[in-house]
Amino acid sequence: MTHPLLSAQTGQKALLLGNEAIARGALEAGVAFASAYPGTPSSEIALQFFQIARETDLYFEYSANEKVSLEVAAGAAMCGLRAIVSMKHVGLNVASDALMTLAYTGIPGALVVAVADDPFMYSSQNEQDSRYYAKLASLPVLEPSSVAEAKDMARYAFDLSEMLKLPVILRTTTRINHASGVVEFGHLRARNTAGSFQKAPFSYVCIPSVSRTLHPLLLKRMAQAENIAEESRWNIIEGEGPWGVACNGASYGYVSDAIAEGGFKNRFRILRLGMSYPISEKRVLQFLSGLEKVLVVEEGEPFMEEAIRCVAQQAGLTTPIAGKRTDLFSRLYEFDPAIVKNALNHYFGLALAIAKPIGTQGLPPLPDRPPNLCPGCPHRGAYTAIREVLGDSAIYPTDIGCYTLGLHAPLNMGDFLIAMGAGVGSAGGFAKATGRKVVAFIGDSTFFHSGLSPLANAVYNRHDFLLVILDNGTTGMTGHQPHPGVDVSHLNIERSPIDMESVVRGLGVQNVFTVNPLHFRKTVDAVKQASACTGPSVLIAKALCPLYAKTLPGQKPKTPYVVRHDRCKDHRVCVDKTGCPAFSVTSAGVEIDALRCAGCSLCAQLCPEKAIAPLAREIKTP
Amino acid sequence: MKTLRVMIVAVGGQGNILAAKLLGEAGLSRGLDVRMSEFHGMAQRGGVVESMVLLGDGKGYCIANGEADFLVGFEPCETLRAAGKCSPKTIVITNTAPVPPFTVSLGGSPYPDVQGALTALAPRVGKLVSFDATALAQEAGSAVSVNIVMMGALVAHLAPHLQKEDFLNAIREKTKPALIDVNLRAFEAGVFAVDQTTARTGGFK
Repeated sequence: MTHPLLSAQTGQKALLLGNEAIARGALEAGVAFASAYPGTPSSEIALQFFQIARETDLYFEYSANEKVSLEVAAGAAMCGLRAIVSMKHVGLNVASDALMTLAYTGIPGALVVAVADDPFMYSSQNEQDSRYYAKLASLPVLEPSSVAEAKDMARYAFDLSEMLKLPVILRTTTRINHASGVVEFGHLRARNTAGSFQKAPFSYVCIPSVSRTLHPLLLKRMAQAENIAEESRWNIIEGEGPWGVACNGASYGYVSDAIAEGGFKNRFRILRLGMSYPISEKRVLQFLSGLEKVLVVEEGEPFMEEAIRCVAQQAGLTTPIAGKRTDLFSRLYEFDPAIVKNALNHYFGLALAIAKPIGTQGLPPLPDRPPNLCPGCPHRGAYTAIREVLGDSAIYPTDIGCYTLGLHAPLNMGDFLIAMGAGVGSAGGFAKATGRKVVAFIGDSTFFHSGLSPLANAVYNRHDFLLVILDNGTTGMTGHQPHPGVDVSHLNIERSPIDMESVVRGLGVQNVFTVNPLHFRKTVDAVKQASACTGPSVLIAKALCPLYAKTLPGQKPKTPYVVRHDRCKDHRVCVDKTGCPAFSVTSAGVEIDALRCAGCSLCAQLCPEKAIAPLAREIKTP
Repeated sequence: MKTLRVMIVAVGGQGNILAAKLLGEAGLSRGLDVRMSEFHGMAQRGGVVESMVLLGDGKGYCIANGEADFLVGFEPCETLRAAGKCSPKTIVITNTAPVPPFTVSLGGSPYPDVQGALTALAPRVGKLVSFDATALAQEAGSAVSVNIVMMGALVAHLAPHLQKEDFLNAIREKTKPALIDVNLRAFEAGVFAVDQTTARTGGFK
């Protein structure tokens, strides 16, 4: 079956997710090489390439982390290919070391770095603004304002990259990545997958003497980029009036809708910067010329605001320019139509109608519905056993993935979380500083992403902690992408999966234990043994993610469990220790929802009355 | 036409994203501009999932508080949680079958008296339609079609901009072949539920 992004005819219209649109744009540009490490809200970009690579000669890989992913794509772009790498905003932190100097060498082919920011942190640990990376590295950045534009800009980004011989950052936010809109398909350009490399070590090997010649070259290329920005069709001035609004990305929609709704098109000149770095001074001056006052509407940091102020200052303009200000826009979170209307009203003295929500007084308080580990999740088994042995006596640095959700009651597993791999790295510091037992958690995908070097460090520097690798055989949180430990032969994809235990032993860890965390007693024993060791020890808690298992051949669904009320004494150990969402507690006692129960049996093992039994057996022995 | 803003809220696993996509496809087949956005937080299961669907001219992808023309809730607590999206004109369509969050089992806040809360909400909004969509989905053949039942109940209110047939086509083209018949039945059950509710109460204000 042909992938829907490939079978669409030129001129056809379809409703696409922003991330699908970006992938289609890359395909229309003839992308030949794609790589990624998954991360919300960017993951569906890579998913398209993963699927398409199975039926075409497009190369795609899920790389071990974003830095590797960028480097792999950079290698291909060095050989003249058109390449794309996609990641979430914090992924660019990991990739940034390579990016900073790749800007110096440049690339003979084309390289698009698609990076997805997450204002409001719907699914992220911070809401950093990736546009500063463009400034830090001296690279152009493109920011689409709509799904349709995401496709067209992705396609254009390759042309721009090839023209400048520089990587181009395509920066989106969740409200574009996870938005859907109507897209018109363009022509699919043929892929060139045969690269060739022209050796030029004194242009590409960044020793100091070479870099001293490359930095001026980068500045020259960015001067050319600024010339392109002057004329860019992505930097648009629309409308005419005494007041100015500068905006970008998703905020453009709110500005445009508010001004159209209010009938103020003759009062405003709108500047939308789709190519927001390097800033086009001429275009900004053209915008500022004759305006009474200017409001800058951008989520995140005052990136455009600072640039526009600089341009105004250099030109000797005293036009009032405002954006981030306590009475206007915040640097926090995401905007919405009401926030933008409020600021327009306040700054320009308008009375745009703002929807007034109904009062919610008198409505009952609602129970929280935080995300939770799924029924049958093996992490719940590992956490329950560790809590049984160590309770709150240990310090638990944790890491990024589904297992972060162990933070919630009743598991309460997680004391410190900042970045991928940082659970392992920080564990040594916690242990040295306190002398307390430290148990760090990391998932299998995260371990290959950035757990290897901190573990090597722990072995060498003789740190004393237990690392629990929660190995569920996949990258769970982002939708079951493979990582270097995953066999994908059932998809007819040939890879060489790496054995986790061998890696750990290979790094010099002496005390290594492997256990199935859904076997409660065995896990308790393993935790006791492993936590009694001194020096770095590793417990690999290994059992497949049940959602992932469903997608594998030969995996049969397990029988759900039920509570036998003739035996149940309502101790609620099952509910109180596991917090499994398949349970409900009513006046009639504890019940298991057979439709949600994954049959992991963890609760059955905990029940002091043995009152939890598989559904079929319960029926057979009434 | 004036942009129609439809807010859909549900619990993870109830098919919110697919429902929004079908609504969008139905709108697209009518030649409407369609803009949607979806938010599903960290969890694949059990958390809150929100979709915003905007039909008609405009550029934004977001519905601010008080802006929803329709609030469709697949779970009563989630409908109540999203009440801030409503104005006094909003049409609220909600499933009454609860999916209690695990925090309730653990002795957190109790699950509220949903019927009482919906009764308190009704006079504040333009219209409130509530019924047990989960039971209707089961009758149609599968509890997982609760999302389609809810869309059946919504489409009755979207005329003349969208017709039933647009949605039926979207179901035929975009849902799993094995589930098409169940989904078509579930959709009709949703349409019927609105007729019944309206007839029984003599219509809402």
